[in-house]
Amino acid sequence: MALKYAMAASGAILVLYLIVHMYGNLMIFGGQTTFDTYAHHLREIGEPMLPHEGFLWIVRVVLLAAVLVHAYAAFVLWNRAKKARPAGQRYQVKKSAQTPSRRYATQTMRWGGVIIILFVIYHILHLTTNDIAPGGASDSAYQRVVNGFQIWWVTLSYLVAMLAVGLHLRHGVFSALSTLGANRASRQRALRNASTAIAALITVGFLLPPFSVLFGLVS
Amino acid sequence: MNITLRVWRQKAPGDEGRMVTYQVEDVSPDMSFLEMLDVLNEKLTLAGEDPVAFDHDCREGICGACGVVIDGVAHGPERTTTCQLHMRSFSDGDVITVEPWRAKAFPVIKDLVVDRGALDRIIQSGGFISAPTGTAPDAHAMPVPKADADRAFDAATCIGCGACVAACPNASGMLFTAAKVTHLGMLPQGQPERQARVVNMINQHDEEDFGGCTNIGECAAVCPKGIPLDTISQLNRDLLGALASGKA
Repeated sequence: MALKYAMAASGAILVLYLIVHMYGNLMIFGGQTTFDTYAHHLREIGEPMLPHEGFLWIVRVVLLAAVLVHAYAAFVLWNRAKKARPAGQRYQVKKSAQTPSRRYATQTMRWGGVIIILFVIYHILHLTTNDIAPGGASDSAYQRVVNGFQIWWVTLSYLVAMLAVGLHLRHGVFSALSTLGANRASRQRALRNASTAIAALITVGFLLPPFSVLFGLVS
Repeated sequence: MNITLRVWRQKAPGDEGRMVTYQVEDVSPDMSFLEMLDVLNEKLTLAGEDPVAFDHDCREGICGACGVVIDGVAHGPERTTTCQLHMRSFSDGDVITVEPWRAKAFPVIKDLVVDRGALDRIIQSGGFISAPTGTAPDAHAMPVPKADADRAFDAATCIGCGACVAACPNASGMLFTAAKVTHLGMLPQGQPERQARVVNMINQHDEEDFGGCTNIGECAAVCPKGIPLDTISQLNRDLLGALASGKA
């Protein structure tokens, strides 16, 4: 019963993280020194109270926990939905009574979520650990970004993933707010619009750096 | 109008069931969908075949007995009950698919008739107030703010037809449950049992094998009474309050 709140709360943590992450990414437009200093500084937050990279590891553990809770809740819900309308009791014809764009967002929550988690693993291997290094590995975070996104298919893979994130958030933010009790008929429209705005902001904000690299604005 | 119907036929609960195609000729656009089914059934009876079983009672959109999925949408293309849907919403020569509500909690009894007892059991678990009422009190004896009264009334218009469950991709009965929780939760008489009610009703809802709500909104989009989606948010808020106070 508390599962839906776990879903909403873990989702909220992830969205807040995305906003901070996006803010950090946009520092790429400040040039190599700014970006690398920022990346370096992330590892020193809280020193000497915390060990080197201590803050970062706290964030990572919290994020991992949020992802696990989120995925667990999603799996349980998916399983319940499957049992609530078992095979052999499905509709032969089923149409949505809602607008196509909203329907697309809600229908892709589960598979979209799987795509996003696979992307996150690829993304960590690419830009954090640099085990996947198309365009060449580097110790400079700035250099890693530039090396990677100069290749069209790397940027394309990030485009697909960010569109998946955008769709996920379009329904996810509204759904989380609803679950936490914020929805009222009088503000439903506003909540939906806010949800779409956050989704669009995050998608565009994350796509700006890769495309700037691809088109040579950042090099 | 001439209509081709694809109807779900199932002899008994355990029967496998299948889609059967029928032709219905000379359908008047002024007929309701159920009257069109009546015409089909008269034809089947004359031919010595078993008529298509479907639930219906008032035929004026207020009892909630009728309800089938028409071309993939609960209660069909208009936002009303099946009995208030008219054939003018279709065109001559249309092929119309008619299926029963589909959910594990709604087992098919015969053809298009399903057992919606699960909804009754949700109400039994807490959808009432257990105060001795006596005679009707004076209208001004217990003031209720207009906004609360309106919201309670909007939620109270639920006729328990089950379209929300039928339309939900998760087969969740959350809009139905939330309508009753909101209805009673907005009124002073509903306050003493407010927290216990939401917990008991949700527990019963889950026990009946309904799916979980993911706020998709298909339910509110097909509800013939226009129960708003925000009732589910109200239920979530009440449930959160109950969990926080340790009543769950």
